[in-house]
Amino acid sequence: MNNEWPLWEVFIRGQHGMSHRHVGSLHAPDAEMAIKNARDVYTRRNEGVSIWVVEANNISASSPSDKGPLYEPSESKVYRHPTFFDIPDEVGAM
Amino acid sequence: MYAQMVKSEATNDDPEKLAEFQAKIDAGIKIEPKDWMPQGYRKTLIRQIGQHAHSEIVGQLPEGNWITRAPTLERKAILLAKVQDEAGHGLYLYCAAETLGVSRDELTEMLLDGRMKYSSIFNYPTLNWADIGAVGWLVDGAAIMNQVPLQRTSYGPYSRAMIRICKEESFHQRQGYDAIRKMAEGTPAQKKMAQDALNRFWFPSLMMFGPSDKDSVHSTQSMAWKIKMNTNDELRQKFVDQTVPQAEFLGLTVPDPDLKWNEERGHYDFSEPDWSEFFDVIKGNGPCNVDRMAARNKAWDDGKWVRDGLLAHALKKRDAKVAAE
Repeated sequence: MNNEWPLWEVFIRGQHGMSHRHVGSLHAPDAEMAIKNARDVYTRRNEGVSIWVVEANNISASSPSDKGPLYEPSESKVYRHPTFFDIPDEVGAM
Repeated sequence: MYAQMVKSEATNDDPEKLAEFQAKIDAGIKIEPKDWMPQGYRKTLIRQIGQHAHSEIVGQLPEGNWITRAPTLERKAILLAKVQDEAGHGLYLYCAAETLGVSRDELTEMLLDGRMKYSSIFNYPTLNWADIGAVGWLVDGAAIMNQVPLQRTSYGPYSRAMIRICKEESFHQRQGYDAIRKMAEGTPAQKKMAQDALNRFWFPSLMMFGPSDKDSVHSTQSMAWKIKMNTNDELRQKFVDQTVPQAEFLGLTVPDPDLKWNEERGHYDFSEPDWSEFFDVIKGNGPCNVDRMAARNKAWDDGKWVRDGLLAHALKKRDAKVAAE
C-alpha cells in the first residue's frame, strides 16, 4: 500500500478584499492538517488572512495542446476591448 | 552550490520537437509541468532540484545543533525561524520536483539510501556559536549567488520556488553577518572565535560552487536549457568579490595569503580550494557525512508511526463520513 500523504494545492488570500491566489502545494493526510501545514509553510511572514486547500487530484486542467483552439479565437476579436472605439474628445470622459 | 556537479542527461528525442523546445527557452517562455519536454531536461531537473531540496533539509542539522545553546533568547528565536525557513525551502523544492513526475517519498528514499546527494558544505561541523554566524554569512551568502539568477530559470515551478526562497534568504545571510559581527566586535577571545570560524568555513564555502566547469559538456547543455545560469567560476568570483570587503569591515582576515585585488581584471585573485578534499567529502568521507545520514534516517524511521497514524486517522474519518451519507 502506498502510504504517501496526498498532495494538496494551497491558495492564500493575501489581504482582505483580494482573491485567493495559488501559492504552492504540500502533502498532508487530510484537509485539516493541510491547512495547518499551509499556515506553517506559506504564511510565516504575514502573507495571508485566509487559506484554501484542495486535493491536487480534484483539480482538472486544460491541456497545453489545446492552447490554440482555446485562446486563439479571442485574438481576432479586438472590438471586445474598449480601446477599439474612438470616442471624440468633445464627448468627454467615457 | 546547493546542487553540485549535476550531470546533464542525454536526450534522444525527436529533433523537431527539441528545436521547438529550445526556441521556446531562447524566447524566455517558461516550461510548465504538462508541456512537452526532452527526457534529459526532465531527468536533469529532477536530480538538480532534488539535490537542492535535500541540501535545504540536511542543512538544518548543523544549525539545529545550536538552537538550544544560542547565547540569548533573541538569537535563539532568530535561529529557530531560520531553520524553519530551511524546512520550508526544502518543501517548496520537493513540490517543484514532484511536478516532474517523481514523488516526495521517492526523493527522500533516494537521499536516505545514498542514491542522491546534498551539498558538500553540510558535511562540515558547527563547533561553536561563531560557526552559526559564519554559516549564515558565508554559506547562505554563497547560496544566494546561485539562487538569485535561478529565479529566471526556464522551468516554471522551479523558478517560482526560487523566487519565494530568495525573498527569505536575505534574512538568513544578514542574521549570520549580524551574529558574527557581534563577536568580531567583542572581546579578543570572541574575535578569535570569529576568525577561527572564517578560517574553517572559507574554503568549504568556495567549494560549494563546484569545480571549474567552463569546459564541461554538462554545463553547456544545462546552460542552454537555462537550468544553470552561470558557470561555477563566475559565481565563485562574484562571491569572493562581494565577501572580502565584508570580512575587512569585520576586521577579520580571509585565510588566503594569495588573495589580492587585481586592478586589471577588476576582481580579486584568490587560491583555489583543495579539490581533492571536495571529492573526498562528496564520496562520503567528510567530517559529518555519517552523522548527517544517520540523523536523516533516524528522523524518517522515527516519524513513520506519525505518518502512518495520521493517514489511518484521515482514512477512518473519510470512511465514517461516507457511511453517514
